[in-house]
Amino acid sequence: MTAATRRPPREGLLTAPSFVWLTVLFALPTILVFAIALRNPDPDGGIGAGWTAANLGRLAGPGTAGILWRTLWISAATSLICTALAVPVGYVLARVGPRWRVRLLMLVVVPFWTSFLIRVFAWKDILHPEGPVKRLLAALGLAGPQTSLLYSAGAVVLVSVYAYLPFMILPIYAAAEKFDFRLMEAARDLGARRWRAFRTVFLPGIRRGLWTGLLFVLIPSLGSYIIPDIVGGPSNELLGNKIAQRVFVDRNLPQAGALSVVLMLAVIAPLAAALILERRKRRPGGLFR
Amino acid sequence: METETAKDERTGAGGGEAPDFLEFRGVSKRFGAVRAVENVSLEIRKGEIFSVLGPSGCGKTTMLRLAAGFERPDAGRVRLDGRDITDLPPEKRRLNTIFQSYALFPHMTVRDNIAYGLRAAKRPKAEVEAEVERMLHLIRMTDQAGKKPDLLSGGQKQRVAIARALINKPDVLLLDEPLAALDLKLRQRMLVELDLIHDEVGLTFLYVTHDQGEAMSLSDRIAVMEAGRIEQVGTPAEIYEAPRTSFVAAFIGDTNFLEGEVADAADGEHSRLRVEDFPPVVCYNDKTLGPGNSVFLSIRPEKVHISRDRPEPATLRNVFPARVEDVIYLGAMTRYWVRAGDLRIQVLRQHARYFLDEKPIRWKDDVWIWWHADDGFMLERYREKDESLIAPPPADLGEDAGGGAPDEDGGR
Repeated sequence: MTAATRRPPREGLLTAPSFVWLTVLFALPTILVFAIALRNPDPDGGIGAGWTAANLGRLAGPGTAGILWRTLWISAATSLICTALAVPVGYVLARVGPRWRVRLLMLVVVPFWTSFLIRVFAWKDILHPEGPVKRLLAALGLAGPQTSLLYSAGAVVLVSVYAYLPFMILPIYAAAEKFDFRLMEAARDLGARRWRAFRTVFLPGIRRGLWTGLLFVLIPSLGSYIIPDIVGGPSNELLGNKIAQRVFVDRNLPQAGALSVVLMLAVIAPLAAALILERRKRRPGGLFR
Repeated sequence: METETAKDERTGAGGGEAPDFLEFRGVSKRFGAVRAVENVSLEIRKGEIFSVLGPSGCGKTTMLRLAAGFERPDAGRVRLDGRDITDLPPEKRRLNTIFQSYALFPHMTVRDNIAYGLRAAKRPKAEVEAEVERMLHLIRMTDQAGKKPDLLSGGQKQRVAIARALINKPDVLLLDEPLAALDLKLRQRMLVELDLIHDEVGLTFLYVTHDQGEAMSLSDRIAVMEAGRIEQVGTPAEIYEAPRTSFVAAFIGDTNFLEGEVADAADGEHSRLRVEDFPPVVCYNDKTLGPGNSVFLSIRPEKVHISRDRPEPATLRNVFPARVEDVIYLGAMTRYWVRAGDLRIQVLRQHARYFLDEKPIRWKDDVWIWWHADDGFMLERYREKDESLIAPPPADLGEDAGGGAPDEDGGR
């Protein structure tokens, strides 16, 4: 009676590859992480025998909450700043002629050809107390001798925005490139000023690109540990740093697993929120009103 | 509503007799090397349906975009109701557009699409709701108000686009080929509907189209445009019956072109033409062209009579023997291609009693064709370009060659 019983058997074959893919590469690893988080640590750095909830219990302290909070706000700030920068860039990319479009897209993509690690290290030099930015700010009287650009939460956000901006620009550009700009003319024609037309017609028109970009930036920022390690310093550690320490320093895989579970829940929560919002946008009026 | 609009109109018109309302004064616009519009002046009167008709690329859409404010002219001014609007952005102009693609906002419901203009004008919520309901009623779509545009049929989208534009109570409604995306039956129904809406709201329409049928049936006046210039402005009957240029004659309806030269005057108003490979033709000469002028003679196919029997000779009647080369039965009409002299001439004949005609005219029949001298039009050959327009129909006996006549509904 249900659609499932009447489904032709061939459909199972057609969906088998993606089913296997998701099971082997997504579901199983996720279950493994959850399982490891519930095992006892092994003193040799492996996974011990027996089940325990102690790893999760150990995270209940105020230290974890502080780090989780810092991870969340730095990731959120990174995502929002990336969106604010990428929307105008995507708009311009979609509006310029093909020759300029290729050149500008190259500017977005070319930095990827240098190692991520090297690019982050380069920021250490740029933001260094003896570096060019600090000297310029000092010369302008905007920074005193004690002001530190490096090893601050601001530095983590700045470098994260730099590192993840292309992941925001590309999906927004892809959406803007498909956007029918005659709709903007229609909005202007009906009496909307530029900004109103942009807000009520263009942004909803590229919302899929916005959501994709948001997830592409938010998820890696939440797990990021190289950037806070290099430009954040010990007082700006994020969850990613803690996980790395548990794995590489303490050799306590179950504890790292427990932290990963916390991080995973922190990722799934905004994802679920995004999906609910996306579904609600089908109500009259849309999202951005 | 109707009375309100009518009152607005009277006060707006300043008491004059249908004064010029939307004016283009020496407007030019080029895109790179392409001269889209060249030194065009047009006056559109208050309350009329004015069409700009021309083939694609003639600059008609640019005219509309200049009026809407999407383009700024390189030269010339655009005036609305005496006010210079050339430098106003689109949102400040009291003109609204119905786009060829409708440009409905896909993420909004029908209701929100229609409300967009009033919301942009920050009108009170209650007023917006009341006006939207009224518009939904006008376009008979109250029960579809919650749908998104992609769930609507072409005709419904069209009506939403109309409502969305009308709710702002514009001074002029700009229509950019609004029926081009619809099928024939729907197009005919929407034509009637547009006409009804025009009567109901009483505003000025500037209608841009390449479809002469639409322009003819809807318009009070038509401007025929070609290569960025206005060829002729007039009522549909003037444009059809008295085309001023060979372009207009060829573009509007079908016509036969005879290439000739004025020989001598037949009487005060008529001249005799010398036509190559053809007997002399008598034609009305309103342009008082003297002997030696080289001209085109345009004669509409439906003005040419055809019969097996030789007609009575009469003054000002051009009579020629001919042989039928093609018979194309069109239902309401039959189109004949006949060879007279060395020319192929198209004749359109409405038959009242097809099965009762004792001897229907058939392929290879010898017939007589004739037309009155006043039904022909002499057009000056003033542009080389005209030649390509009126290339003679193919001489071979191809089935329904048609000669690529411009009204063969090629675009449909």
